[in-house]
Amino acid sequence: MTTLQERPDTDTEPLDTRRRLVVIGNGMAGARTVEEILERGEALQFRITMFGDEPYGNYNRIMLSHVLSGEETDADIFLNTLPWYEENQITLHAGVRVTRVDRFAKIVYGSDGSATDYDTLIFATGSYSFMPAIEGLRTDDGELLPGVFAFRTIDDTRRMVEYAQHDEHRRAVVIGGGLLGLEAARGLQTHGLVVDVVHAGAHLMNAQMGPQGGDILRQSVEKLGIEVHLKARTTAIIGEDRVRGVWLLDHPQLECDMVVVAAGIRPNVDVALTSGFTVERAIVVDDYMRTVDDPDVYAVGECVQHRGEVYGLVAPLWEQAVVLADQITGVDTSSAYLGSRTATKLKVAGVEVASMGVLGPEREGDEHIVFSEPTKGIYKSIVIRDDKLVGATVLGDTSKVAFLMQAFDRGLPLPDERVEMMFNLGSPTAEVGAAELADDAQVCNCNGVTKGHLVACVESGVKSVAGVMDKTRAGKGCGSCKTMVCQIVEWAAGGAVVEDPSANWYVPGVPMDKPALMVAIREQGLRSVSSVFAALAPEGAEDAKSKMGLASLLKMMWADQYIDEKDAKFINDRVHANIQKDGTFSVVPQMKGGVTTPDQLRRIADVAEKWNIPLVKLTGGQRIDLLGVRKEDLPKVWADLDMPSGYAYGKSFRTVKTCVGKDFCRFGVGDSTQLGIDIESRFQGIESPAKLKLAVSGCPRNCAESLVKDIGIVAIEGGRWEVYIGGAAGAHIRKGDLLATVDDPETAKTLTGRFMQYYRENAKWLERTYAFVPRVGLDFLKEVIVQDSLGIAADLDARIQEAVDAYSDPWKEGAAPATPGQFRSSLPLEVLPQVPVR
Amino acid sequence: MSTPLLSTSSTSATAVGTVHRLGSVDQVPVGEGRAFAVDGRQIAVFRLRSGAVHAVQARCPHKGGPLADGQIDGSIVLCPLHMNAYELATGCSTTGQPALAGYTVAVEDGELVLTVPG
Repeated sequence: MTTLQERPDTDTEPLDTRRRLVVIGNGMAGARTVEEILERGEALQFRITMFGDEPYGNYNRIMLSHVLSGEETDADIFLNTLPWYEENQITLHAGVRVTRVDRFAKIVYGSDGSATDYDTLIFATGSYSFMPAIEGLRTDDGELLPGVFAFRTIDDTRRMVEYAQHDEHRRAVVIGGGLLGLEAARGLQTHGLVVDVVHAGAHLMNAQMGPQGGDILRQSVEKLGIEVHLKARTTAIIGEDRVRGVWLLDHPQLECDMVVVAAGIRPNVDVALTSGFTVERAIVVDDYMRTVDDPDVYAVGECVQHRGEVYGLVAPLWEQAVVLADQITGVDTSSAYLGSRTATKLKVAGVEVASMGVLGPEREGDEHIVFSEPTKGIYKSIVIRDDKLVGATVLGDTSKVAFLMQAFDRGLPLPDERVEMMFNLGSPTAEVGAAELADDAQVCNCNGVTKGHLVACVESGVKSVAGVMDKTRAGKGCGSCKTMVCQIVEWAAGGAVVEDPSANWYVPGVPMDKPALMVAIREQGLRSVSSVFAALAPEGAEDAKSKMGLASLLKMMWADQYIDEKDAKFINDRVHANIQKDGTFSVVPQMKGGVTTPDQLRRIADVAEKWNIPLVKLTGGQRIDLLGVRKEDLPKVWADLDMPSGYAYGKSFRTVKTCVGKDFCRFGVGDSTQLGIDIESRFQGIESPAKLKLAVSGCPRNCAESLVKDIGIVAIEGGRWEVYIGGAAGAHIRKGDLLATVDDPETAKTLTGRFMQYYRENAKWLERTYAFVPRVGLDFLKEVIVQDSLGIAADLDARIQEAVDAYSDPWKEGAAPATPGQFRSSLPLEVLPQVPVR
Repeated sequence: MSTPLLSTSSTSATAVGTVHRLGSVDQVPVGEGRAFAVDGRQIAVFRLRSGAVHAVQARCPHKGGPLADGQIDGSIVLCPLHMNAYELATGCSTTGQPALAGYTVAVEDGELVLTVPG
């Protein structure tokens, strides 16, 4: 501090020039907003003061039902304890209610008589439990009759637990058969009480589901021993000193010792209203979360009305907090909140429930698909409009919920077989819901990661799917368990999954999606991986995990103008062979269409003998694999083979499997072998986001297994050919989709190249066609690739031709290494090979 | 072994260990790693694009992968077999594996100079 900044009066504090930010409300919305501000590194702008009605730090209100049922202690549900406020220099007035805001003088008045100045103000006042007008609910002095509880705060919950555990208290009535009411009922049961649920609606959870689902839920709940009274209005609570029972309209008296009111919530808007802010159903805000009355006053959470909607779920609140933090810090002033699609996935009273969007068909043309199995408590209802999922209710079996929520959230194209949206057909791993899975159940079969590992990782604080996958290696093998990993992380995080910002990036080290990255690369003329990092990565930092994807992208974009940096490539691509478990390599010479000659066979045999190749094996793609070759022998093996590379190692076009076709086969209707050879000659070595395996079959008997290839071509009677895309028979099994039926092999070849180029340009890194085709949509691909609806077909054809023209056989590098020691062994000095010799 | 790993000779000893001159730094291309056999140990030396050099044990503790074949950036090396990651400076794994042994290495007059403790 210089002397100029010191003030001569008794105040020894240096002049604080920070903006004064006051947050009214210390619940999930308020605290989350402050966390978002801290995360942006912009907290230094602000002197932050928070007011909380409750005398605590900030806790996860959603978990209160777990506290009630005893699954968690109240200490477990705190999100930010008091020291957190200190560490972040936030002044917390816990237990102080704000009584009034003077928005002209910019002062907040507290119930403790305090007056706090602000420059920027946030209302995060949340909601309170709605208490219907019931005779006998309150004593003469306005307090709730002893034994009557709301279910909203941690104090409510503690008092309920204490009361429920009282020996004399045997029966409870819960008023309200919504989500919260059912949770309360189940929780009270765990304390040994007999519980009745009284619900005014015609079926349970009527805000989230239709009558059929509600009926099945009622059956499930009643099986748990909870009696449900529907269309039941509570008219009075009986008892002088404490609760003795309730009166229902048209129903005899229900005796009970306690009553929990869970009849809904109402936004806390009193302070805003009396302070002159526009309040309709809640405090009205614009897309920037700003009140419509005052540019310095914002609001967030359940107390907010945005575009006519008031939300009572946690996901919208988080989306709002992000926008509000972007705005208030000025980090991203273009950030806007446009409303949320709300989806819930919960375990209500022991029953898995998921609900999203509309409850049933609303318009003409809405498809409504329902599956109902009441005895098992299973109910699934899906509403589809214009081929998009607009609503779903799932009870009892949530194995497909992750997919449904994604489809609902992102408007994904849906499978033609609608039943696939309800059941896992033939993929056993995801059949069991995350919750039911045993802790020691192995989820990732490649890396041996159990559900317990994943849950522990989430509990250690990793809240994004990508983060958990990184830490545990789950999903990093074949990738077939990713959906399951996702579901478990979501389940373990209890809805608190953090959207990983890098989820849409092409590679983790450059914060851009593929289209944006390609534009930047082209605009700045970036032709090497190191120049991409220097220009586009944060602080120009290299990232090992991003190199391979960038190298592939640049090669695709620049063809022969690409500047090849060896260190950007995976070892396979640096030595043009496939690394094996003992660090030796496998060598697969090209064998177009699976056709070879006696001369080639003789040469391969000679090479195998000369170089002591321990294992000679046929691959699944009809070629000969020489396994166990030492790195330093690679150039000599290639030289002796004197055949081009078969590309068995790269993220590239690999092989075309064929059958013998019409020349020999009794059933063959097309010359599949010739077409296979032609395709393999044309597209040899072309890089792609993931490997490409092709096949051509000479008749619909499909001996070459064309229906499970990335691109499969099948000859059919009449000289025509079917072109299938997106098939797979590896970690995932998927039958390819029919892209087109064409009249001649030439057109099949053209479509193959055009699809390949479209995939090269638009697929995510490592996204196989079996994921790409359903993501982009078959109909769309047909339009673009076959009908040329976008008018880009000629360009795609031209660009794939460029790639074809840029081909050179990598095995020629064997004659002169590209870098010093390119083929020098990196192996520890061990007896090789360690792969079995048969 | 048909081709031995580069053999090296020890030239001097200090209090912290034996110093080995591995020869020209150009044996290791920029951005890559190469393996060296030193005193019966196998050590991977990496040359970063920044010019820095790092040396760690050559064998991945997970399943014995050849780390010198791995890809690197300014801070980590990825084992080519199962993509386990290790910090070049500390040897610590960021993917839950045991740490690598690390060695002091420097470039002097264009030569790699490695210190092996003991």
